[in-house]
Amino acid sequence: MHEVKYIRPKSLADAVQIYRTTPGCRPLAGGTDLMVMLHARTLRPEPRAVLDLWSLAELKGVLRAGDILEIGAAESYTRIIASRDVQRHLPALAAASRTIGAAQIQNRGTLGGNLANASPAGDTLPVLLAYDAVVVTDRRSIPIDKFFTGYRRTALQSHELITAVRFPLGRRVAFRKVGTRAAQAISKIVMAVSRNPARIAIGSVAEVPLRARRAEVALERNDADGAITAVAEDIRPIDDVRSTAAYRRAVTQNVLRELLDAFARS
Amino acid sequence: MRFTLNGRTVSLDIVGTRRLLDVLREDLGATGTKEGCGEGECGACSVLIDGEVVDSCLVAAGQVEGRDIVTVEGLALQDGKLSQLQQAFIEHGAAQCGICTPGMLLAAHALLQQSKRLTADDVREGLAGNLCRCTGYTKIIDAVLSCTK
Ligand SMILES: Cc1cc2nc3c(=O)[nH]c(=O)nc-3n(C[C@H](O)[C@H](O)[C@H](O)COP(=O)(O)OP(=O)(O)OC[C@H]3O[C@@H](n4cnc5c(N)ncnc54)[C@H](O)[C@@H]3O)c2cc1C
Ligand code: FES
Ligand code: FES
Repeated sequence: MHEVKYIRPKSLADAVQIYRTTPGCRPLAGGTDLMVMLHARTLRPEPRAVLDLWSLAELKGVLRAGDILEIGAAESYTRIIASRDVQRHLPALAAASRTIGAAQIQNRGTLGGNLANASPAGDTLPVLLAYDAVVVTDRRSIPIDKFFTGYRRTALQSHELITAVRFPLGRRVAFRKVGTRAAQAISKIVMAVSRNPARIAIGSVAEVPLRARRAEVALERNDADGAITAVAEDIRPIDDVRSTAAYRRAVTQNVLRELLDAFARS
Repeated sequence: MRFTLNGRTVSLDIVGTRRLLDVLREDLGATGTKEGCGEGECGACSVLIDGEVVDSCLVAAGQVEGRDIVTVEGLALQDGKLSQLQQAFIEHGAAQCGICTPGMLLAAHALLQQSKRLTADDVREGLAGNLCRCTGYTKIIDAVLSCTK
């Protein structure tokens, strides 16, 4: 069996160059999604080399520039949670990050990994949708609502690296996660809602993290009841061993009602 | 590659995509680090990298180049005496079969480094990534809390 080579780039420019020119090269950040599959050799296509982004200074840090907050793609959840700027301006992102695994996972897991992995259950993804975040790569900026293109598929082109995520400041977003990874008996739902502009973003209810567009139109008209009715049509849940589509629709409506009530009270 | 393991510099010629867990156990004889699930769920393989607790089954060995690693073998004091936390685990009966204990100790150590003012809930949350099938956690939490005083 061949061995998978480990490559540590010296800089982002170096990483971009290596990624383009090394056949079968796979980026690695915190490894919390990738390492199990790498070790079990279940990655397809099987990588011939791993490109370690974890230590690249260009992919770390939380930077404030005017009315934008930029978070490095390889910054850990622990550092994101600890950032004063995130606590003050993006509390929903801090809240979502706190629900991801335990200390061991928060110390290694990254936004770049959550994005590239593109699981419909990725917990930061609805938050990014509700903030209208922008995914910055080595070659362009991708609006988050254009990023998820299908089940675990993204708009990333071949050999494209995520370098950062940009958030506009001044938006209030509420976050709620129901059901946990440890107790998967109940259906999991992740939701992030902004009232103004109206954004309703939901995870684990379709093949991609999605925005509930019909519900958003109702919310834009200040029709909260209409939004709660419409959200059941916006999502595309499936029946599976854990629960039925009908149950998931009802839970989604309840969570939306709860978040809109919280906005109404504050 | 080089890194520090429990205060000593080690240099190795290894394939960097191997799991840190395997390099510690197989190449460096640090067998106090245990493998449970191999998937990041149980915390038995916890070690500290630059003071932060991580699952060594999810870390590629190449990623610790130049870093400072602490395993359970590095927790005792210079003179070989057990640390206050290790002593507390014994006194509170916080270890039974012992499989979870090294990881539990490292996660608890990292938690106590961050703050000495911890509630039972803080400890429960801080150790949520470490599973124990034997003790029911109460004795572990008591042991950690006894070190906050
Ligand atoms: C025990 C456990 C609990 C977890 N709990 C949760 C949870 O509650 N919620 C949740 O959402 N997730 C959870 N996860 C999944 C995981 O921790 C997150 O998805 C995390 O954000 C992945 O980041 P990473 O840096 O570890 O990614 P990695 O494993 O390093 O990489 C993941 C994927 O992204 C690619 N990639 C990484 N960085 C980049 C980049 N900059 N550019 C391009 N591609 C890149 C890699 O090639 C790989 O395909 C859990 C995982 C474990 C093991
Ligand atoms: S063996 Fe690493 S977390 Fe279980
Ligand atoms: S003492 Fe046996 S698993 Fe914890």
